[in-house]
Amino acid sequence: MKGFLLLSILKMLFVFTVIMVGVALLTLLERKVSAWMQNRHGPNRVGWAGLLQPAADGLKNILKEETYPALATRTLFFLAPAMSFIPALLLSAVIPFAAPLPLDFDFALGQLGRFAWHGAMPMVVADLPIGFLFVLAISSLGVYGVALAGWSSNSKYALLGGLRASAQMISYEVAMGMSLIPVLLLSGNVSFGAIIRDQQAGLWYVLPLFLSFFIFLVSGFAETNRLPFDLPEAESELIAGYHTEYSAMKFSFFFIAEYANVVTVCAMVTTLFFGGWDIPGHWDEQGGVLQTLATGGFFFLKLMFWIFVVMWVRWTLPRFRYDQLMALGWKVLTPLALAYIIVMCVAIYLIEHVAGLTDPTLRSLALFGVNVVIGLLVFGLLDSGVFIRGADRRPAASEVVG
Amino acid sequence: MAIGVKVLKRPERQVSYVRATLKGMALTFKHMFEPKVTLQYPEQKSSADWSISQRWRGTHRMLTDEQGRSKCVACGLCPQICPSNCIKLVPGEDEEGNRYPLIYEIDEFRCIFCGYCQEVCPEEAIHMGVHFENSEYTRGRFVYDLERLHAQTHPVSTLWDPSDPRGQ
Repeated sequence: MKGFLLLSILKMLFVFTVIMVGVALLTLLERKVSAWMQNRHGPNRVGWAGLLQPAADGLKNILKEETYPALATRTLFFLAPAMSFIPALLLSAVIPFAAPLPLDFDFALGQLGRFAWHGAMPMVVADLPIGFLFVLAISSLGVYGVALAGWSSNSKYALLGGLRASAQMISYEVAMGMSLIPVLLLSGNVSFGAIIRDQQAGLWYVLPLFLSFFIFLVSGFAETNRLPFDLPEAESELIAGYHTEYSAMKFSFFFIAEYANVVTVCAMVTTLFFGGWDIPGHWDEQGGVLQTLATGGFFFLKLMFWIFVVMWVRWTLPRFRYDQLMALGWKVLTPLALAYIIVMCVAIYLIEHVAGLTDPTLRSLALFGVNVVIGLLVFGLLDSGVFIRGADRRPAASEVVG
Repeated sequence: MAIGVKVLKRPERQVSYVRATLKGMALTFKHMFEPKVTLQYPEQKSSADWSISQRWRGTHRMLTDEQGRSKCVACGLCPQICPSNCIKLVPGEDEEGNRYPLIYEIDEFRCIFCGYCQEVCPEEAIHMGVHFENSEYTRGRFVYDLERLHAQTHPVSTLWDPSDPRGQ
């Protein structure tokens, strides 16, 4: 028991440090990526290639004066950054980041008693049996921070930003949650460990559940309030949205929360659809220090790739109009996710019980075939502009009833 | 037709959201590997495709003759033409009757860098400079006296030549 506690504390420290340092470096990476995409260098003055820029920013924000708007609700105004920051950090606790590490120790530490651990240690702070349900539950708490920050600022821009954020996050949560049901159908389990094991046995879920992946990724963008769905911030319309009135470190906390959410969404994408720490092949299933390190590194690579994609999208796509955002969420992604659940139910039933394919790889391949057909259909329709209309799609003169 | 208004034909049917998105992504990705256009300023002040214009009008410079004396003859034309009244000139005269400036001060904060002083100067003494790094620690340092104007070493700006309007 004490061994478990000790290891948990160590893992907590490790994950917390990595997330905080990582988030700081992500702010730099974001600026670098944006710069590269605009033929610029990006920050390169502080430290080697600008690596100390986040530290300089942090120092600046700690030393700055914290202002309160005169008519702000001070308690909530003070609490809101923490309320968006804590759920964002909590989520990093349930993501497995490497193959289980075989450990065997048994020692006594004076007054503290004996610390012992035998067997494989899962490389995750909390190996929760409820898995991604926990992530869905906690990530929806983040909306409180944003909405309350907007409301307690007593500023119209902040309020509008907070309203938009809450509407947007609640809308896309529906699609996000439903896009994960096919994952549950396929793996038969919600825990991340079981999902990764199932993907090791068969194919990564991105192939058999491509549309789930697509819906999850798009809703993930919306959930983290990133471009092209950054309407809560929308600097050209709302100054800075819900954090307009915030200054100094409280302002930074919103940024830390945003980037921590990005990390979580990318880690979710990696874990649920790209095999988590799984390296293709069966080498990594043996268990060992080397395997743990290699899988950890591979997980990190996949994670960084998705984080890069998030930034790449941000610096490519313009912002949606609000009605387009809502149309995409409610009229496209939610029905699509619902229809996909039904199709996948039928497909999995047919494949497993009628065709009798129980080998995970064959089953995944068959589902992949189904996905290719659905994917072509969906993307064809999306591409034709049937679902989302541009601003210039006015009715032709002949269509107008005179 | 009054004026040439270009009427854009709006697409009847908006096609391609997915393809347009992918196209945009490909474009931004391509840009990541293109050469950077940034001029790394303090280290690098000009590049192959950019350098400061020869007609740049920056802080002044007073030219001197071979003996190191000011070329200025204190004729008073520059304070006369100066639209912002930033030149202070007190003329003096030596035993041989040569006029010279006793006090010649330019308040660079008042100066609007129009370049009239250089244009009007009959002796080609006062010049605008091709120079832009003017930081000082006190406001007083921005009133350049004669000594300071002499000490400047940056190149002087070239006047606009009507016969060669593009400076080629």
